[in-house]
Amino acid sequence: MNIVEKILARGAGKSSVSPDDVVFAKVDKVMMHDVSGPGVIKVFDKLKKQGISVDKLWDASKVWVAEDHFVPSAEKASAENIVKLSNFTKNYGIEKHFKYGMGQYGICHTISHEEAMVMPGDVYVGGDSHTNTTGALGAFACGLGHTDIAYVLLNGQIWFKVPETYYFKLNGKLPDHVMAKDLILKIIGEIGNDGGAYRTMQFGGSGIDEMSVESRLTLCNMTTEAGAKNGIVEPDQKVVDYLTQRGATNFNLVKGDEDAEYSKVFEFESSEMEPTIAKPFSPDNTCIVREAPSVELDKSYIGSCTGAKYEDLEAAAKILKGRKVKIRTEVLPAAISIYQRAMENGLLKIFLDAGVTVGPPTCGACCGAHMGVLAKDEICISTTNRNFPGRMGHVESQTYLSSPLVAAASAVTGKITDPRDLE
Amino acid sequence: MESFKKISSIVTPLDKVNVDTDQIVPKQFLKLVQKSGFGKFLFFNWRYDEHENKKSDFVLNNPKFENSQILVAGDNFGCGSSREHAVWALLDYGFSVIIAPSFADIFLSNCFKNGILPITLDQKIVEKLQQETGTVEVDLENQTIKTSAEEIHFDIDSYKKKILLEGLDDIAQTFQYEKEISEYEKESKIPSVL
Repeated sequence: MNIVEKILARGAGKSSVSPDDVVFAKVDKVMMHDVSGPGVIKVFDKLKKQGISVDKLWDASKVWVAEDHFVPSAEKASAENIVKLSNFTKNYGIEKHFKYGMGQYGICHTISHEEAMVMPGDVYVGGDSHTNTTGALGAFACGLGHTDIAYVLLNGQIWFKVPETYYFKLNGKLPDHVMAKDLILKIIGEIGNDGGAYRTMQFGGSGIDEMSVESRLTLCNMTTEAGAKNGIVEPDQKVVDYLTQRGATNFNLVKGDEDAEYSKVFEFESSEMEPTIAKPFSPDNTCIVREAPSVELDKSYIGSCTGAKYEDLEAAAKILKGRKVKIRTEVLPAAISIYQRAMENGLLKIFLDAGVTVGPPTCGACCGAHMGVLAKDEICISTTNRNFPGRMGHVESQTYLSSPLVAAASAVTGKITDPRDLE
Repeated sequence: MESFKKISSIVTPLDKVNVDTDQIVPKQFLKLVQKSGFGKFLFFNWRYDEHENKKSDFVLNNPKFENSQILVAGDNFGCGSSREHAVWALLDYGFSVIIAPSFADIFLSNCFKNGILPITLDQKIVEKLQQETGTVEVDLENQTIKTSAEEIHFDIDSYKKKILLEGLDDIAQTFQYEKEISEYEKESKIPSVL
């Protein structure tokens, strides 16, 4: 069995499972946020009306809650949702509720690794499509709708069809100017928006072994854009060290067998990788940066669960050090812990000196919610994950997806720029 | 959830691929959590211009399709964010059946939780259905789509068919077995820590 089959088999209490088996698996962790949470509460209200008891959760200690999409609240409806969420966690005794304005908080998928909320080998579900991110820690992580999350909260398990696995093998260490974001954009460009539909996308090979945990998180994060059920990397010492530094103990590393089967293997050579972007209006509409269209950018956005981890900020700072931005540029660290490290290590000073606006952790403009959304006809280069029409604001705005290195280099020139071509 | 009845309606052709959930319900409406009323936000940016006037060239604004209950769309329908609001909006607007060559995974699952029947058909058949102007009958019980010209069979998982026909979501379905579950748990020797 491969790693996903092993995790699901354990969750289902079976000795083995195969792709297409339907299994009922125990869930180890479940997450909801300020959009899916109120949705789940609505499902609970409906169940109550039907006379079904929703007095008790299956296990409040395995539930955690993030505030990220519409925080800090820009208007009344969002503020009311936050109150609703707080009442819910209080009533049900959920202790792990990361509230803005009270220490650590941030984008749910970032909190999942920054706070070691999810462990290797876990079956982890979240009320958000980018829950796939956390598979980089060696967990089976996938997104669910509100009704399914409500079900998990009450029952502690959920059914899955065991996905078949596509294995993406990267040979050799990525060159310095190429980031995990470039690789995942290239992959999505090759297999398409639904190329991973209901499949696992597993990443491995010497290039992945060399990669930091944060880079692996970027890869798994955007498996969602290929329609994948989940993304995963087999856990190694790097994952153990990363989570240990964040307070985790007792590891149970699940890895695939020697003879694990994959339905398809794709191979990539690191030496051939180039900085890559996705042009409007789809993450699979990719090209290399040096062949990008010559457009006048209005904005550079460095944020989101995809592109505002510490490593992403560090990459942007490397470019912006001693330079000035030519277009509006925003940096929104994905969690307070990252914000703090960026402050302690001088990154914030580099950003502010370059003219960048640094904002609080939030999904913000990535999902077009608030804090820097785009006007009609505005063109943005962004370290985020989606560029469908209107994703970041006006339906006639445009978003190019890129790595933090490319977004920072482009901020300096006002055009889409390969970091190697910067003077 | 209401049980799924036989549907007779004209089809609304939506000739677009990769329709993502942000096109189905734009993010500004996600803050709202009342159960009904999402229909008015369905395909909001395609239906209305910036002054919220109806755009005459969008198919849903064509009075001909006003009472249609069947949407026929392109590949990878419902991709993007996991927001269940997308399904609520389609349902509230009046669609009970969505036909496409393929669906995004979470969206597909959300359909069954809310009583919408998603039907996956071959690209060529979908294209033909998009041209259909007469009444089309969708019969879940017999897994058929009848047009004026032909009868098309579709596949559906037997469990999913049952929950739609009986109007049970997964939670209601599980609670049908509440008695058996409690009895099993009483008997069970498995330590609770597992």
